[in-house]
Amino acid sequence: MFDVAVIGAGVMGCSTALHLARAGMKVALLDRGAICREASGVNAGTLTMQMTRAALIPYALRAHAMWIDMGAWCAGGSVAALACPGLSVAFTDAEAALLETRATARRAAGAPIELVDGARARQIEPGLSAAALMAGHCPIDGFAAAYLTGRAFRGALVEAGVDLRENCAVTGIDPGFRLRTAAGPLAAKRVVLAGGVWLEEMAAWLGVRLPIKVLVNQLVVTEKMPPVMGTVLGIASGLLSLKQYPNGSVLIGGGWQGLGDRMRGGLAVLPEAMLGNMRLAAHTIPALRDARILRAWTGLEAETADALPAMGPIPGVPDAWIIGSVHSGYTSGPVMGRVLAQAIAGETPVLPLFPIDRLLEAKAA
Amino acid sequence: MMHDILVLGGGPAGMAAATLAAGRGARVALVDEQPAPGGQVYRAPAPGLDPPADADRREGDRLRAALAESGATVFPGHLVWDLGGGPLVAAGVPDAPFRIQALGDAPRTLTGRALILAGGTSERIIPFPGWTLPGVMGLAAATILLKAEAMLPGRAPLLAGAGPLLYAVAAKLIGAGVRPVAVVDLAGHGEWLAALPALAARPDLLARGAAWRAMLMMARVPVLAAHRLVAAEGTHGVTHALVQPLAGGAVRRFAVDCICVGHGLVPATEGSRAYRARHAFDAARGGWVAAADPSGRTSVAKLYVAGDGAGVRGAAAAPASGRIAALAALADLGLGEDAAALATATADQARAARTGAAMARMMALRPGLVAAIPPETIICRCEGVTRAAIDAAVEAGAREVNQLKHFTRCFMGPCQGRLCGEAAAELVASQVGGREAAGLPTGRVPLRPVPMAALLGDFAYADIPVPPPAPL
Repeated sequence: MFDVAVIGAGVMGCSTALHLARAGMKVALLDRGAICREASGVNAGTLTMQMTRAALIPYALRAHAMWIDMGAWCAGGSVAALACPGLSVAFTDAEAALLETRATARRAAGAPIELVDGARARQIEPGLSAAALMAGHCPIDGFAAAYLTGRAFRGALVEAGVDLRENCAVTGIDPGFRLRTAAGPLAAKRVVLAGGVWLEEMAAWLGVRLPIKVLVNQLVVTEKMPPVMGTVLGIASGLLSLKQYPNGSVLIGGGWQGLGDRMRGGLAVLPEAMLGNMRLAAHTIPALRDARILRAWTGLEAETADALPAMGPIPGVPDAWIIGSVHSGYTSGPVMGRVLAQAIAGETPVLPLFPIDRLLEAKAA
Repeated sequence: MMHDILVLGGGPAGMAAATLAAGRGARVALVDEQPAPGGQVYRAPAPGLDPPADADRREGDRLRAALAESGATVFPGHLVWDLGGGPLVAAGVPDAPFRIQALGDAPRTLTGRALILAGGTSERIIPFPGWTLPGVMGLAAATILLKAEAMLPGRAPLLAGAGPLLYAVAAKLIGAGVRPVAVVDLAGHGEWLAALPALAARPDLLARGAAWRAMLMMARVPVLAAHRLVAAEGTHGVTHALVQPLAGGAVRRFAVDCICVGHGLVPATEGSRAYRARHAFDAARGGWVAAADPSGRTSVAKLYVAGDGAGVRGAAAAPASGRIAALAALADLGLGEDAAALATATADQARAARTGAAMARMMALRPGLVAAIPPETIICRCEGVTRAAIDAAVEAGAREVNQLKHFTRCFMGPCQGRLCGEAAAELVASQVGGREAAGLPTGRVPLRPVPMAALLGDFAYADIPVPPPAPL
């Protein structure tokens, strides 16, 4: 009998399981595949305040520090996170207006974002296009290599005594939190659902109807190239993310949509979206025209109806908890898992939960 | 224009498939990366060169002439980078026409109701110390230099590895006036003798093999059977090759300026993986191949595989394999059935494939080769990942190749896994119980790295269809 079974070994499930085990609980962490192979392993690794929901800025700020300092709390694990300045760029007056509104809201939430003119933005990022009119500048930004996330957590989880069961699909939950798994039943006193885009069907196991939207985000990576940029770059609308890794490859993303769904996973990159994304990138950093495109892929991002997290107890089901489905959740993931673990362990969380009552579809009256 | 059949790859299988289908009135387009169709074995010489016509050249010219007369539209010099359509559609939507995007003189998009993948193979090279030195190259690369460029890979080459390519390259070198320092064959004499009955089905190939061996004897080229290349040495380029009997014993050191090495051929599965077709591992056919029926029908409707890309059976078997896939596509598209033609092609293929299968067995990966790789040897040369790093990643929980990719960056470099993939997968397989368990890398586009500038075109910022922003 486990104290808690966490279903879903992405960044949310891993952080929750790790902090629960550190709190002395006997934890099972199950995933139908390998650790961090879905959204947590294939996302753009952007650790930026300027693409984070304003309400999540306090979480993102704390998590940013956790990512940068990961080895210290994660048994030496690393996602090669680097802190660097971030710019959110406006090319038109309309984008400048959008930028002002958004920067103001995020500044109010605690992100140290200042608006700078084009000339100042090009001092911060010499690779930036001369067409940039204005930028939001945040000195606390950065990026990680998301593909390292599973490796970074795995050692710490095992060391903390978490019973990690990869390739062990859960297909349902019977009364008394008896999990039906591919390898036979598993019983726990509590469950945590941490299944990303698959939270909707997981919640249904417990009789809860929680609609989750699926975003199919595309990413494109270039071959290694000489340094062309040194910041994390976005545009005011948020449909661009750019960063150059120390090895020279540039990752181009921002949330352009490809083909895929919950059943089939990320299926294919849509070339027209890839072209739009690349044009936006090359418009922003003109030196990218010399890049060679090496690989493109899609990943599924979950989003609740209000695009804020599902994080807290599951109403009507004592000892069942949920975490995930948050826009830009990777950035805030480590701290969200810690917050939920604190709540489950009966401590006062360092930051508030996001209870899901607001998201549940009203049962027929 | 909507084609009936798109053919990806202009080797013998692709040429024969396009020729047959177009000859029967179907609208066919064939796309190939090289300046002229031919593939590897029947590769056309570079423009302006006219090397002496050998048997391969004559067969290639015959296939090219038939293709030219067939009415198929041929797009040579086109790098296919994107595959779409087919089953790659939104949920609940019927399959779309297949859509190929290629870069030639300009970006080009082709659509077709059926798609025949005839992508051939890539060469397997199992790493050894010094394999990244300049002067070390694949046997297949050496044949490309000799055939298409009339260029010598070196003046003192040593040839090592497995399969008939060893002797084909040796004979070509001798014909070009270069005496190889040695031929180092993983196979023992007994293995070649065991393959003889299968070779007897193709007396022409048997005679050619015998002629190659005779050339080596005449030129007094040492042929070291059941030997392996242990290491390449050199500072700025390869200067020495170390060779040892497989059974162990004294290491011999040869002075060389070039090592041509190949450990067999691996079917190209980029296309079938991009379409998420089902695959199966079959070591005797070169490794992972798209699961297909005898006519090349994959698990994806109207997607076919032909030639060595469907499983290594050799160039001689490829044209019949292409014709079979073309007949299947024509039938599935309602463009006519021809049982007699299918029977003939099937018999042709079976005859040639018997020889091809024996050669494929000679080229199948020998696990001992991977086990012998020293820990500090680089496996993934794009990303500098050593064997020790791969072993450590497997130990740390990467029990499958896609997770290995995440843990180590193996497969993430510009070779897209073509150079490192076999050795890396074998290292995982040795710990998890086989190649099936070790898995197959998920298909990704672009199928080859492409210059961004060629895709971007001219655009105005205002015309980029930027979707609405994410919520604040």
